[in-house]
Amino acid sequence: MSESISVTPERALAPKRAPDQPPGRRRRTPHVNVHRRREARAAYVFLAPWFIGLFVITVGPILASLYLSFTNYSLLEEAKWVGTDNYTKMFFEDDRFITSLKVTTVYVVVSVPLQLAFALGLALALDRGLRGLSFYRSVYYLPSLLGGSVAIAILWRKIFGTDGLVNGLLAVFGIQGPGWVSDPDTALGTLILLHVWTFGAPMVIFLAGLRQIPQSYYEAAAVDGATKLRQFRSITLPLLTPIIFFNLVLEVIKSFQSFTQSFIVSGGSGGPVDSTLFYTLYLYLKGFKSYEMGYAAAMAWVLLLIIAGLTGVNFLASKYWVFYGDSK
Amino acid sequence: MPRGSRLLKHLLLIAFGLVMLYPLLWMISSSLKPEELIFREPGLWPSAVTLDNYGDGWTALKHSFGYYLWNSAVITGLSVLANLVACSLAAYAFARLNFPLKKLWFTVMLGSIMLPHHVTVVPQYIVFAELDWINTIWPLVVPKFLATDAFFIFLMVQFIRTLPRELDEAAAIDGAGYWRVFLQVILPLCMPALATTGIFTFIWTWNDFFSQNLYLTNSDNLTVAVALRQFLDSSGESSWGPMFAMSIVSLGPIFGFFLAGQKYLIRGVATTGLK
Repeated sequence: MSESISVTPERALAPKRAPDQPPGRRRRTPHVNVHRRREARAAYVFLAPWFIGLFVITVGPILASLYLSFTNYSLLEEAKWVGTDNYTKMFFEDDRFITSLKVTTVYVVVSVPLQLAFALGLALALDRGLRGLSFYRSVYYLPSLLGGSVAIAILWRKIFGTDGLVNGLLAVFGIQGPGWVSDPDTALGTLILLHVWTFGAPMVIFLAGLRQIPQSYYEAAAVDGATKLRQFRSITLPLLTPIIFFNLVLEVIKSFQSFTQSFIVSGGSGGPVDSTLFYTLYLYLKGFKSYEMGYAAAMAWVLLLIIAGLTGVNFLASKYWVFYGDSK
Repeated sequence: MPRGSRLLKHLLLIAFGLVMLYPLLWMISSSLKPEELIFREPGLWPSAVTLDNYGDGWTALKHSFGYYLWNSAVITGLSVLANLVACSLAAYAFARLNFPLKKLWFTVMLGSIMLPHHVTVVPQYIVFAELDWINTIWPLVVPKFLATDAFFIFLMVQFIRTLPRELDEAAAIDGAGYWRVFLQVILPLCMPALATTGIFTFIWTWNDFFSQNLYLTNSDNLTVAVALRQFLDSSGESSWGPMFAMSIVSLGPIFGFFLAGQKYLIRGVATTGLK
């Protein structure tokens, strides 16, 4: 029945295909057809591990966590349907959730622009035939590789401890510094500093981007008498906006999910007084310490929406400041 | 640029580099100092040198630190192997073969790169607990054999696309099937991308704390990352010397790979960022 409905008037009026005009598909020789089918089959074999992973490790769990987010579940008992309770509790009753959201937001909003500013500044300083470029690049890049490790987090905790390196250096000048890590006013600051310290990775991306800008633009500008500053504002910056945008999206997503640093520096609590309670740390505590897995799943979904939202906003805003050259 | 200001620029860059590396250098120097000197001397040069911290740290936990290094090495080695195999297979298909819905699957793959791991971790944990895989290495390794680190698929697709297609076609005319083209033409040319994948997988897996801390809780199968954390918990605010010493040991392999594979690391960061 549905077939007769879907027939459009034009289709119904169109003459039946003449035998000498077969539809597009049939016109190909059987040989090509066999070849295509074989290629597709091969492709699916090559992709088999990825497909299994996609459905079993990624898509399945995403849907499962959506379901779990509407339940109470603790591994030991059956999941109990509670409707949207987890979500309403999160936003209207759970102060710690709101705190974790605030802490993470401050962390992202302060540390990402600072980090990118350092990355861009150093990339500009290193650009264009500076001697020892690869040496400097390596030195500045190294912290990016180490920054996520437990060892560095331990080091950070000690550098900013009451009797740590920073206070030791301050004492040389006769200043008695606070216990940076144990003071709720400064604890988050130390984590922000740790993130800024890893500016090397975006710097490398900036350097590669700067190399794509044709030298001739600068030569032409110099002939016209443009100052260095003017060249930066009118050539470098606009041509670099796609890379700045890329780094921004990447770092926002990454830093929103920071975990190890706050876990180690705060000793797994997000303290002092929840001042370093990152979103993911709170999710971990809920899901795997107090086994409120339904609640943790709901938090995971809110995280997904936040990250999708941030990425979307970034993309929309990019229309106003990202310059894609003549192609657009 | 005049000579003087060029020199000044280098001096500033070196000074900045020193400030950046100062924490690391301080940790190394502290690990060589007797405990009581660590916080009395903010300077780098130890007035007394001892290797005691390394000896004490090595044996401070239930097993020797070498045991945890080995656990980390097993998980990291398998992860590297898994990513090399699974991601290059998928990348070849995306870069070279035509199949129905290719665009859709490619978009899904790209999307999965951005997907926060935390969204899937709760149900994954439940499944792995059902399978009795908690406190085994399988939750950490098996997903990698299923190409879940899609970032590396993307990296290799980008690389394979730069290889001339004539090579595949010539091999095909000589009668090579898809597998032979993949194994004998594409893979050997992909060495730079494979090296980048291997090194990044090594560093990320070695550094990974979230998953290892989640799945490995038994004191007999801790990795370096989790063992360090236990060390921190058990010794509290004391014995920083041994802890620094073991922290440095834990960073050693990363530093080694960094020195050996800088070229691939930098290129990997730069190209995936741009194309």
